[in-house]
Amino acid sequence: MEKLLRFLGSWAISTLKKMGHMTIFFANAIYFVFAPPFKFNLLLRQIRFFGNKSMLVILLTGSFTGMVLALQLYYILRKFGSEALLGPGIALSLIRELGPVLTALMVTGRAGSALTAEIGMMRISEQIDALTAMALNPMRYLIVPNIVAAVIVFPLLTAMFDTIGIYGGYMVGVKLLGISSGTYFSLMEDYVEMKDVIVGLYKSLSFGILVSLVCSYKGFYTGYGAEGVSKSTTEAVVMSSILILVWDYFLGSVLL
Amino acid sequence: MIEFIDLHKSFDSQRVLNGINLTIADKEIITIMGKSGGGKSVLIKHIIGLLKPDKGSVLIDGVDITKLPPRELDKIREKLGVLFQGGALFDSMNVFGNIAFPLMEKTKLNKSEIEERVMQALEDVGLKGMEKKYPAELSGGMRKRVALARALITEPNIVLFDEPTTGLDPIITSSMHRLISATHEKYGYTGVIISHEVPRIFEVTDRVAMLHNGVIVEVGTPEEIKNSTDAAVRQFITGGIGGPIEALNMTQ
Ligand SMILES: Nc1ncnc2c1ncn2[C@@H]1O[C@H](COP(=O)(O)OP(=O)(O)OP(=O)(O)O)[C@@H](O)[C@H]1O
Ligand SMILES: [Mg+2]
Repeated sequence: MEKLLRFLGSWAISTLKKMGHMTIFFANAIYFVFAPPFKFNLLLRQIRFFGNKSMLVILLTGSFTGMVLALQLYYILRKFGSEALLGPGIALSLIRELGPVLTALMVTGRAGSALTAEIGMMRISEQIDALTAMALNPMRYLIVPNIVAAVIVFPLLTAMFDTIGIYGGYMVGVKLLGISSGTYFSLMEDYVEMKDVIVGLYKSLSFGILVSLVCSYKGFYTGYGAEGVSKSTTEAVVMSSILILVWDYFLGSVLL
Repeated sequence: MIEFIDLHKSFDSQRVLNGINLTIADKEIITIMGKSGGGKSVLIKHIIGLLKPDKGSVLIDGVDITKLPPRELDKIREKLGVLFQGGALFDSMNVFGNIAFPLMEKTKLNKSEIEERVMQALEDVGLKGMEKKYPAELSGGMRKRVALARALITEPNIVLFDEPTTGLDPIITSSMHRLISATHEKYGYTGVIISHEVPRIFEVTDRVAMLHNGVIVEVGTPEEIKNSTDAAVRQFITGGIGGPIEALNMTQ
């Protein structure tokens, strides 16, 4: 019994410590986002890093998500005799939910993991120490560009995901299942409101901040050697993915 | 002047520095020797403020840097040049970018002035024509030389060299040593070298300090060190295996 309590206690303390450590890192990072001077060339490089790495994956997953949605929703809607609502159904699922979430998960797997590995390598090869030794703040040079880049790139990639998904749904729904093209798009215009787009935007913005912070943090405080970096990379992906889904539920219930 | 006063540092339960006392005079070159894993890198990381001591202090020109707030610490760091043990070159930049980086970020020199200085530095370290290569494309020795050029490019007052020649062939080692002497003559910095390069390092250095079991057991001129009666120092200089520094246990 005492052992159990002791174990629980030490677990709670170490978890609290870790959370505190992370919170300090996050607060620090956010502070430097707003503290000039800004490193625009590094920002551009990181925008390219996120965008370039993830574009193809987004196009692929986006189109297939739209196509699968069309199949599934058509099957369900036909039971109620309202196949005509396929267009808005697809658009709303994508814009409010699947677009932001799947984009964030894909970018995490593709660019987020690479980011953790890159920063982790810089840590173990003392490049971060070298920056510090030059009296340059690693936060400003390594972390801030990623956060700002993610805030810019996540909504853009999400928009691409949504668009390509809607056209994927169009291919299946209109070309394959025979819904009229006019119905598909015009009902979409009727049912999708600005509010839905805003919800999607908020989600993708917050996912961008979340993923870039978590992946940077895990790289910044990586363990020793190549093993430490690979462990951090895995942890970054797992933690980002879980947080994306939890945060999505939370936002979904608040913003509904 | 750099002073270590009763400096202690442990990692978890492992005691690495156990009361370091050492004064490094302005413009001298001092070499720190000691066994691998003995805490030499840890010691110089305290000069940069990358590590904080558990106890004791590090004074640079009379200021205790272990208690400085970040901004003031950065002011001290601006006068520092560091050659890290592994080079610590930025992978994302080519050789030119690496050497130019401190100048671009920390000085108001214009592009052509920076280019001129970087090219001169590259020529000094014998790497002319390599400016477009990336660190991954360089040999270990080339990387060390780029790191040396980067450490010296801002003409710092204090330069820390963490094993500048380990793993280099004798010829490059000699030329690295000559380079340190020549730049020291030119800029007059205070130099702290970590080196195992006995006896060749003796030609470069003014004094030698021996780090053993977390303390400085002996400091002196190369002559004094060569004639030392301290068992650890003698063993280190002669490379013997019967002494206070335990060698690898071959029977394990
Ligand atoms: N950040 C750290 N966290 C935990 N332990 C560390 C850390 N840095 C160094 N150590 C430990 O401190 C000891 C001294 O390390 P240090 O790198 O100073 O050795 P060194 O004298 O430079 O050796 P070498 O000549 O091989 O470079 C080692 O046992 C190392 O494991
Ligand atoms: Mg070392």
